[in-house]
Amino acid sequence: MTLSALIIAPFIGSLVAACLPANARNREAWLAGAIALAGLLFTGWLFMQADPGEVLYERIAWVPALGLEFVLRLDGLAWVFAMLVQGIGLLVVLYARYYMSPADPVPRFFSFLLAFMGSMLGVVLSGNLVQLVVFWELTSLTSFLLIGYWHHRADARRGARMAFTVTATGGLCLLAGVLLLGHMVGSYDLDAVLAARELIITHELYLPALILIALGALTKSAQFPFHFWLPHAMAAPTPVSSYLHSATMVKAGVFLLMRLWPALAGTEAWTWIIAGAGTCTLLLGAFAAIFQRDMKGLLAYSTISHLGLITTLLGIGTPLAVVAALFHTLNHATFKASLFMAVGIIDHETGTRDMRILRGLYRQMPYTATLAIVASGAMAGVPLLNGFLSKEMFFAETLLVGGDSNWWMSYAALAVGVFGVIYSLRFIAVFFGKPDQPLPREPHEPPRWMRFPVELLVLTCLVVGVVPAISIEPILHQGVVAILGEATPQYDLAVWHGFNLPLLMSFLALVLGAWSYQLLRRRFNLRQREQAPLIHRFSGAQAYENTMLAISRAADFMLRHLGTRRLQPQLLAMTLALLLVPALLVGMLPGLLAPAPHPADAFFVMLWVAGGACALAAAWQAKYQRLAALALAGGTGIVTCITFLWLSAPDLALTQLMVETVTTILILLGLRWLPPRLRDAGPAAAPPWPVRLRRSRDMLLALGGGLGLALLSYAVMVRPMPDSIASFFLEKARSEGGGSNAVNVLLVDFRGFDTMGEITVLAIVALTVYALLRRFRPAAESIAIPAQQANPVDAATRQPPAEQANSGYLQVAGIYMRLLLPFMGITAAYFFLRGHNLPGGGFVAGLIFSVAIIVQYMLAGATWVEDRLHLRPHRWLGYGLCIACATGLGAWAFGYPFLTSHTAHVELPLLGELHLPSAFFFDLGVFATVVGCTMLILVALAHQSTRSHRLPEKADPAREAR
Amino acid sequence: MELVIAIAIGLLFGSGIWLILRPRTFQVIIGLMLMSYAVNLFIFVMGRLAIDKAPLTLAPGAPNPGDYADPLSQALVLTAIVIGFATTALYLVIMIGARGLTGTDHVDGEESEE
Repeated sequence: MTLSALIIAPFIGSLVAACLPANARNREAWLAGAIALAGLLFTGWLFMQADPGEVLYERIAWVPALGLEFVLRLDGLAWVFAMLVQGIGLLVVLYARYYMSPADPVPRFFSFLLAFMGSMLGVVLSGNLVQLVVFWELTSLTSFLLIGYWHHRADARRGARMAFTVTATGGLCLLAGVLLLGHMVGSYDLDAVLAARELIITHELYLPALILIALGALTKSAQFPFHFWLPHAMAAPTPVSSYLHSATMVKAGVFLLMRLWPALAGTEAWTWIIAGAGTCTLLLGAFAAIFQRDMKGLLAYSTISHLGLITTLLGIGTPLAVVAALFHTLNHATFKASLFMAVGIIDHETGTRDMRILRGLYRQMPYTATLAIVASGAMAGVPLLNGFLSKEMFFAETLLVGGDSNWWMSYAALAVGVFGVIYSLRFIAVFFGKPDQPLPREPHEPPRWMRFPVELLVLTCLVVGVVPAISIEPILHQGVVAILGEATPQYDLAVWHGFNLPLLMSFLALVLGAWSYQLLRRRFNLRQREQAPLIHRFSGAQAYENTMLAISRAADFMLRHLGTRRLQPQLLAMTLALLLVPALLVGMLPGLLAPAPHPADAFFVMLWVAGGACALAAAWQAKYQRLAALALAGGTGIVTCITFLWLSAPDLALTQLMVETVTTILILLGLRWLPPRLRDAGPAAAPPWPVRLRRSRDMLLALGGGLGLALLSYAVMVRPMPDSIASFFLEKARSEGGGSNAVNVLLVDFRGFDTMGEITVLAIVALTVYALLRRFRPAAESIAIPAQQANPVDAATRQPPAEQANSGYLQVAGIYMRLLLPFMGITAAYFFLRGHNLPGGGFVAGLIFSVAIIVQYMLAGATWVEDRLHLRPHRWLGYGLCIACATGLGAWAFGYPFLTSHTAHVELPLLGELHLPSAFFFDLGVFATVVGCTMLILVALAHQSTRSHRLPEKADPAREAR
Repeated sequence: MELVIAIAIGLLFGSGIWLILRPRTFQVIIGLMLMSYAVNLFIFVMGRLAIDKAPLTLAPGAPNPGDYADPLSQALVLTAIVIGFATTALYLVIMIGARGLTGTDHVDGEESEE
């Protein structure tokens, strides 16, 4: 119940912090500090409580049906890292309170910082690999946001983008690797994976999984060749660099390698990949660090180098190397965080971090200088400081690698030691000497509490360096046992191990380093150097930028050559795919030559001769003769409708007939606003050959498509019907649905949820149409009254529609239609009521009712009808949906699933027994929705004639010029 | 019968394809209408032809499914017809709106270069 609080609290704090006012630096810091402190104490207490070696779990069921759960797991390793994350987090919060300027948007900063803390704790505490990857990506995201905190600066934006691209891509690799791992083991649970070492390393997928996971870890921990993002991430505020980019987030990769060490390590591939990348990084980072001029840049490269050191140790893979790796992780976090903070103080006080300018700061800020010098000592590996101990362990391990014959690893280690001393000396050079040019600001000591975190961390360095056995060993041991289990070696953290080779190496490194520094400074003018010799040509950042550029160029190229905004090529491609893909999949249809089970009826053939002719004629005439094309398409619709009737589908025939009517009216209303297409006057020239070619191609496609679908339908129809769920509906329609019209019962009962969705779609479309028409601007050519209505010879043109229908030439029809209205209403009610047992139902009845009203509109005009009949389509729509939904919800009241139907039998005095299924009310909702939709669409369109229209804006000159 | 319907479906579908590949918006709307007839018929005949079969289970007792028309394909098509109406309405409004705003009835909102 409690582990999740560790993760949830920072995220809640993040939300709260985001809501605080912009100038609340103190409140923000108190909030973040309190969360970190509480978490720290709680984590410590939790572990004190538990038995040694005990693993604490918390499992929260997430999707139990899929076996997915949110697992938190606190073992020794997770505990060490959790303490680190929260401990450094606490100090960084305190530091940031003084570092951040009042002008900065502080809520954002603390909000992101807390979110990062939560994500990092999520990584550390995850007991499920996929869950770990999710938190992993969250740390990349928060890191992105924090690097880009000063988003008005181009370097911050660039650095943020680069860091995010690299680490998030690595995260995706990690996800793939983790999925492979889960596939091998059959579970994503961390315990299961850790227990399945034998299975994993003998599996054929081991190598790909290892490479993918290594990619994730190496990108995150800024290892060669992905190290380039870290120096650019230094554009972040210094507390962020100190927290994310030296102490915690970049350690996530190392953490992952330690976490999975029991399952993956110990193979040759592991050593080559991990130790190889680590060694390259180690040398490259240390070498590049010497030649930086930005203090943060120096620390960034030094961080890269130290991360390389840890990675190398993990790659070497002996148990003692793992101990050294974990130890150095902790040591590095303490001294590097304090160094970053010291640089932040210098930057804060002097206004620059340029080592070419900074000199003699010791005089103005002796405390800070002393602290920084001690911390650099730890970085360089000076005895009696914590860095010395772990570095010596590193030397000892490298001596073991090559055995007696191969000393390369030891030389590399020594070189790194030398480089480390050089850049540490370079770093502390800012405190000595005489300033040769004025600084941007006159420096002095920072506020007391801004220095406090540095003091605490440096004190830790000292204590650990002097008395490791009682200060750090108990903590370290927890982590080591969690990684190594029974393989935990005997080790002894002590300052003095007697005279031996590692000690000699440490000593040699110090001496050689100091000597080389002097040499470089005197002979090679180290102070003013712009870039690192030799390696500056191989810029990872440049390669990254080039790759990004190439990718966006390629995307642009593809878009230009493969994409189109034109509709016709898109439809062409779709039609082609529609034709070719099934053809390739199916091949030759079997059973095409089978005889038709039903003999053709002559009348039916005649019917389709007419229907087909209508379709072809519509296709032929649709360009210029729109009205004719519409009528012809309608003819095909009627034939389709008769076909439905012929083939025992009365419901379909009814619906098709009504929809046909409504669609025709709709398009007729629309045609009013579509200016006619006129043929060019003069003799029709033969179309140019590209047009002919295009038409032939389309004709071929049309022929192919038609033939294909015809063959397919024939092939299906001549096969016997397999068992389908249709018989289920037929059997249950009457016995369980309470109606003998299986189609209607299917719609309102069995598949009621589908129908619910359908009427919702209808409502959405109707509202969209309505909304589109509110801002409708017709074509300029169609605003004037159409020629037919402006004919001076026709007396009717001088009358409004109402007058025509009441006393004009439409009087007979007008009276007739008005008389017919109640009958049509009754017809609609009749079709509605009988729907459950006989052909009819909500859809048909709704359409009939709409047609009854539309007919009145058509005859007497919108104004006259609406003066007398207050029909509010919006309400019909709303009530219809509500009724349908309420019927569905009603089933809940009786403890049944949504939309369960129930049939009640009611005795009424006059009518006798009434059969009242709940589906009836649902159908009522359908009816009302259909009426509302149809009326809304048609009336909105009809009203366009009574509006005064604004013309569309003048087309822009560019278009006119073309 | 099967042959007639198959030819009819092919004819309607082919006309529809021809029309939706044309450049004018009105041609496309008619094309879509014809295509939807074809597709509705196609879905409908997936339940096989039921000539002179009862569509309603009026007789008491358990019905024998073989004696009745397939209700499943009918229900699917009924839904399709109504949705087809809605999409036609939407297309129509966009068509006349685009004609007003762009000044052309070309499907791309501008005349092609050719």
